[in-house]
Amino acid sequence: MTLTATRAQQAQPVRRWTRSASQTSVERVRKTSSYILLIAGTAVFIIPFLWMLTTSLKTAQEVLAYPPKLLPATPQWDNYPTAWTSLPFTTFLINSIIITGLSVIGNLVSCVLPAYAFARLRARSRSAMFALMVATMAIPAEVTLVPTFIMFSKLNMVNTYWPLFLPAWFGYAFFIFLLRQFFKSIPQEITDAASIDGAGHLRTLWSIFLPMSKPAIAAVAIFSFVGNWNNFLTPLIYLRTQNNFTLALGLSLFKGQYETQYNQMMAVGIISLLPILIVFFLAQRTFVEGVRLSGLGGR
Amino acid sequence: MAQAAPALETTTRRTGGTSKLARREARAFYGFASPWILGFILFGGGPVVAALLLSFAHWSLLSTPSWAGLANYRKMFADPLFYKSIANTVYFGAGSVCLGVVTSFLLAILLNQKVRGLGFFRTVFYLPSVVAGVATAILWVNILQPDYGLINNFLGLFGIKGPGWLVSEHWAIPGLILMSVWGAGNTIVIYLAGLQSISPALYEAALLDGAGWWNRFWNVTVPMMSPVIFFNVVTSLIASLQAYTLVLVMTEGGPNNATLMLGLYIYRQAFEYFDMGYAAALSWAMFALIGVATALQFLLARRWVHYDA
Repeated sequence: MTLTATRAQQAQPVRRWTRSASQTSVERVRKTSSYILLIAGTAVFIIPFLWMLTTSLKTAQEVLAYPPKLLPATPQWDNYPTAWTSLPFTTFLINSIIITGLSVIGNLVSCVLPAYAFARLRARSRSAMFALMVATMAIPAEVTLVPTFIMFSKLNMVNTYWPLFLPAWFGYAFFIFLLRQFFKSIPQEITDAASIDGAGHLRTLWSIFLPMSKPAIAAVAIFSFVGNWNNFLTPLIYLRTQNNFTLALGLSLFKGQYETQYNQMMAVGIISLLPILIVFFLAQRTFVEGVRLSGLGGR
Repeated sequence: MAQAAPALETTTRRTGGTSKLARREARAFYGFASPWILGFILFGGGPVVAALLLSFAHWSLLSTPSWAGLANYRKMFADPLFYKSIANTVYFGAGSVCLGVVTSFLLAILLNQKVRGLGFFRTVFYLPSVVAGVATAILWVNILQPDYGLINNFLGLFGIKGPGWLVSEHWAIPGLILMSVWGAGNTIVIYLAGLQSISPALYEAALLDGAGWWNRFWNVTVPMMSPVIFFNVVTSLIASLQAYTLVLVMTEGGPNNATLMLGLYIYRQAFEYFDMGYAAALSWAMFALIGVATALQFLLARRWVHYDA
């Protein structure tokens, strides 16, 4: 502390000396060019979304027009209802909500409990089991894909929602890891005080750990929501009849059937993105915090 | 705190067996950890072992499985599509990781210049990685469309005739790489967190030594950030191996298998040809590929990653 303070004090006069007139103008040039680059980057990142929006409002002729038009002559708002009703998208939406909802709840319950165990409860095999859990994060999903499919098909669960949400109720290493890191930062004294007051582990977890780790829990809920909402492979493998399809699967079906009707595809695409966009803008800070937690956890 | 715990355990052991209290705590541990323990058996370790056994069998799901010995592996090493899928996976992985890691590092550095509207820029760069899914895959099919797609139109403004992208054997993977860079925003957030944790004193000291901005960047920022860069390289490399689900929507592995990734090939063998044994053997090859790539990263990391905190 004192060391950095003295260093900063030493640096101060030197800094004043280097900040001559030419230095500040160099600084200004650098700052301006940073902004120019950032704005250019922003354009590159945001233009695909704008393109999606304008394409969704074009007529079929305008989509294929050459030279292309950036904006439709008159916005075709009809594309949205037309596209939405050309396949049972309302059913797909409801299916997505059910599956995602059950998965998020499952993830929360089944990850909070083991995270508490790994953070606070002592058992001889704890560190070995924790190492095993971290190691499972390296297993690619493709390795477990085939045996898991065989298991579910032997249980006659193909073309039901069970294979899509059941695994979420059995813990997920990455979420457990993230929550455990957060739980470990809660001072032991608080837990001790609770147990002196006669609180059991469940009660300590519920009334102390959960309220104190809202950011981490929100991050897990949101990652789980986005992951399940965007999930395409599992529904593709397990769902057979159209009435059971999720939104992601329905979209790919739409792409197969209406190969070149980009305006309608973009319209449905935008609708399917809305829930995630809403969640993202409501919980932006949590997202960033969660990525930061996960990123530095691996450091 | 962490050091106190083992000491406590050894003293209880010395004073004769584990105490009642410790046993009760251990029981609670297993109770609380049980969702994960069951999950490990059902969806983690269990299936991994099952996949290994399966890779030595012939099984179409409908028939009874029969012992195949090494037949699936022999088939794999003689299968030109297996090599093609490996080459495509490595090409896509290397391309998207190199381009993605460099682009997002530069953007993070720009964002770290105490710019105004940091929240806005961060949102813009991060958004594509959040929404990445079938909808954005379809969007990119449109963007990369050779005749009226966004990118070739833009190139046309400069009189450049853009390539066929997803319909061209040579340009399909570069097209997919572009899409993946667009969706690499989560690494920007991780870089930014790392950049903000570099002590300003280091830059002050470098300034004192008369270091220019390039020297400060190369001798302070890069070494201090190397663990974060390393983390991003490893995680995005693993993520790139799983990008095939979107490839399935976009190109179905075409044209002429130019975008056939290993994951996609496993999917095809298992769920289109129902050759479960061969799919399991391929999935072990994928496990090995990830293992080798990660191990290689760790070996190389010794040369350039600088741990000091």
